[in-house]
Amino acid sequence: MNIVELNDVSFAYDDSGPTILTDVNLALLEGELVLVSGRTGSGKSTLLRMFNGLVPHFSGGTLRGDIVLKGESIVGKPPRELADFVGFVPQDPLSSFVGSTVEEELAYGMEQLGLDQQTMRRRVEETLDLLGIAHLRRRSVRALSGGQQQRVAIGAVLTTHPKLLVLDEPTSALDPMAAEDVLATISRLTQDLALTVVIAEHRMERVVPFVDRIAIVENGRVRIGDPADLLIESPVAPPIVELGRLAGWRPLPLSVRDARSQSRANPLTLGKPEPRATHTGERALSARDIVVQYGTKVAVNRVDLNLNRGEVLALMGRNGCGKSSLMWALQGTGRRTGGTVDVDGDDPADLKADEARLLVGLVPQTAADLLYLESVADECAAADQHAGAEAGTTRALLDRLAPGIEQQKHPRDLSEGQRLSLVLAIVLSAEPEVVLLDEPTRGLDYPAKHALAEMLADLAHRKHAIMVSTHDVEFVAQVADRAIVMADGDIVSQGLAADVLAESPAFAPQVSKILGPEWLTIEQVQAARESGASDA
Amino acid sequence: MSQSTPELTKPSPRKVVLPRELHPVAWWVWALGMAAAASMTTNPWILLTIVAVAAIVVEFRRGDAPWALSFGFYLWFGLIIVVIRVVFRIIFGGAMGPDDPVLFSLPSIPLPEVARGIELLGDVTLGSVLAGLYDGMRLAALIICVGAANSLANPRQLLASIPPALYEVGTALVVALSVFPQLADSVKRVTKARRLRGEPGKGVSATRRIVIPVLEDALERSMTLAASMDSRGYGRAGDTPLRDRWLTGTLMIVAMLGLAVGSYGFLDGTAPRILAWPMLGIGVLFAVASMWAAGKRVKRTRYRTIRWQFGEYSAVGSGLAVAIGLKFAGAEHVGVMYPPVDSWPELLPVVILIPLIGALPAILTPPALRDEDTMEDE
Repeated sequence: MNIVELNDVSFAYDDSGPTILTDVNLALLEGELVLVSGRTGSGKSTLLRMFNGLVPHFSGGTLRGDIVLKGESIVGKPPRELADFVGFVPQDPLSSFVGSTVEEELAYGMEQLGLDQQTMRRRVEETLDLLGIAHLRRRSVRALSGGQQQRVAIGAVLTTHPKLLVLDEPTSALDPMAAEDVLATISRLTQDLALTVVIAEHRMERVVPFVDRIAIVENGRVRIGDPADLLIESPVAPPIVELGRLAGWRPLPLSVRDARSQSRANPLTLGKPEPRATHTGERALSARDIVVQYGTKVAVNRVDLNLNRGEVLALMGRNGCGKSSLMWALQGTGRRTGGTVDVDGDDPADLKADEARLLVGLVPQTAADLLYLESVADECAAADQHAGAEAGTTRALLDRLAPGIEQQKHPRDLSEGQRLSLVLAIVLSAEPEVVLLDEPTRGLDYPAKHALAEMLADLAHRKHAIMVSTHDVEFVAQVADRAIVMADGDIVSQGLAADVLAESPAFAPQVSKILGPEWLTIEQVQAARESGASDA
Repeated sequence: MSQSTPELTKPSPRKVVLPRELHPVAWWVWALGMAAAASMTTNPWILLTIVAVAAIVVEFRRGDAPWALSFGFYLWFGLIIVVIRVVFRIIFGGAMGPDDPVLFSLPSIPLPEVARGIELLGDVTLGSVLAGLYDGMRLAALIICVGAANSLANPRQLLASIPPALYEVGTALVVALSVFPQLADSVKRVTKARRLRGEPGKGVSATRRIVIPVLEDALERSMTLAASMDSRGYGRAGDTPLRDRWLTGTLMIVAMLGLAVGSYGFLDGTAPRILAWPMLGIGVLFAVASMWAAGKRVKRTRYRTIRWQFGEYSAVGSGLAVAIGLKFAGAEHVGVMYPPVDSWPELLPVVILIPLIGALPAILTPPALRDEDTMEDE
């Protein structure tokens, strides 16, 4: 049975402007899990928001065609009238919470529908159990971890018993383990409740094994079909699919299990992976006994750390393990309870902000916090002036990182990747020896992540010392020379990135899961194939 | 009793008092009753009794939620008020009467001609200090009573118990309650981040570097929140018949007219009296009716509302009893309620015992829910 049908749907923000989506035809079945994929800005979110009327009711714009829910056209209906049929979970759960405690949050939707007390109480209990959050019932939603918040947000829409669940990037802010948890929960919902789930996600490697069908949004068109068929030519694809493409495996493997069996049947003939070119220079930063303490909570516990010129160091660990605190403490702006940092004989914490940023630059997690002017040109000019650099320095840096950004664009209108590049360019305008990046891969799609990896490699090549914190193991595999894993304020594992990643199954990139620990990235495999081909 | 019979093992018919949250309105009525009592007197003994009673009830019945910890702050606030009152009396001086004993003398500062008759400092008399002390204590007791209500009553539950027609106002307040901590976080984050672009500097441009990102952040958050609330059914019209909407609208317009004309008549002494109280009364009547009509068509329910039980009635009863009791007792002993400053304030058992009734909720209401991991913010 079709839960939702989109018939010849087109959407444009204004009549004279370009159409975001053109002639979309889509029918979703009961109980299926559909992944919507596409590049940033391709119209994924627009498509998702059509299902419950947020587009066009909240966004403005013109929608043509017909959207049919349970046999009834919903064109012209506002989201609130569809609340009992479509559950929509936005990207950032925290800013979507209305209640203060978990229980209140779960009950909110039902209160709006006017359900009676007993039904509400029963459904809240059921939902708490279904999502495994019963122990959190009286906790404040603000005090929960990211994964818990995401599950509460899902629970909050489930209590109205919707038939369709729409999730916008539910795992983008989560560490690998929390993400697995959330995805396992979602996949169970499709089985237990016959719920139809539509999910948009940049990190497809996590979701693809669970999905029934995939919808690819490209140039305003939507194609839907079997994942193995569609991913052969998708503009964005997880490493496993790229490996399958490279090796010519058909049907395309979607899970590590499939890929392993394919790899046994048609082994890839590969030589040895090229050893990674390390270009490590002299010591740029050395930190001793770093302690960061908030009240009684020890966020960073006596951490020693060295950073060399020309290397990229990846900092990993679950949410809240002290990665950000460590970065801020190293930069000198954040709290540091104890320990010393030495950059060229100076401790950045003892210097004025102007001087500290010449030594250590930091791109914070919410990079947009640094931006306050109306155009890219103004931001660049202000950065030049602050750094005492020649006019045009920042713009030149920006062009090297992300070419072709319009001067007059408002920084808020830039894509996630472009904004990150702008902030990075501003930080680099002071020419710091050490560059720290806190979670820069958030919200980036595969091509954007690839561009960032190249950017970092280029900076390392120019003898900057780089440290980057991230949850994204594939990104670490691509970019890092060394890696550190933190847990509960301590460093629990450190060494060459390849070794650290191979040590733990949670951190192993997909390529090593399939081909063995000596292979980390698609690029390596590709290079080995090419050299193998030229040898032959 | 050594032998156990089936009758004895049966649970006793007496109700077990389980820890639960008391209805916030009950706490507020109790606290306002105490505050009303405090406002009726300047007798320090009565005021101290009232403050002590409030403190005892708070100590016995508060939970461990963030707002429950605010009572200490109100006590300090009360103390500061008393000190300020007394200091003001010392500065502005002035004896209460010809035979008011002088405590000590300070050099006086005469003010210029314009403010003739006012002298700063000078002789400090016992009467003026005591008057300041009593007056400050009364204000402090009032504030401490309100503070007690704040620490005992769950503010969110209070918002949840407003009439359905005012639901939108309640929602706005709930959202504001959750937005403020977020805004504070945002300011903290941006302040820290701007140092990454160099020395923050001063003046307009420095402020701008905080204000713009924070406002943009807040705007984005509120859009997300609005979208989320809409997707979850906030503001569903349901199926209200046109007739009902007309009825509500008409009632509301009549109410507004009544209130407008009534307040005009009330304020303008020359207007016919018929326009004053009668019109105001009609306005209020229709306002209540329109709220009722609007509330009736609201298809919304409340999750886990608190039922009024014995605990609630006992709190309300004791609060009202203190206020009414002291009113009547005070009428007979005006000298005790407003003691003269030239003698030791009188201590009359009956007026001390009445405020003690206010301590009953400490025993009669159910204990608050305490959960080590409940409501921990941050």
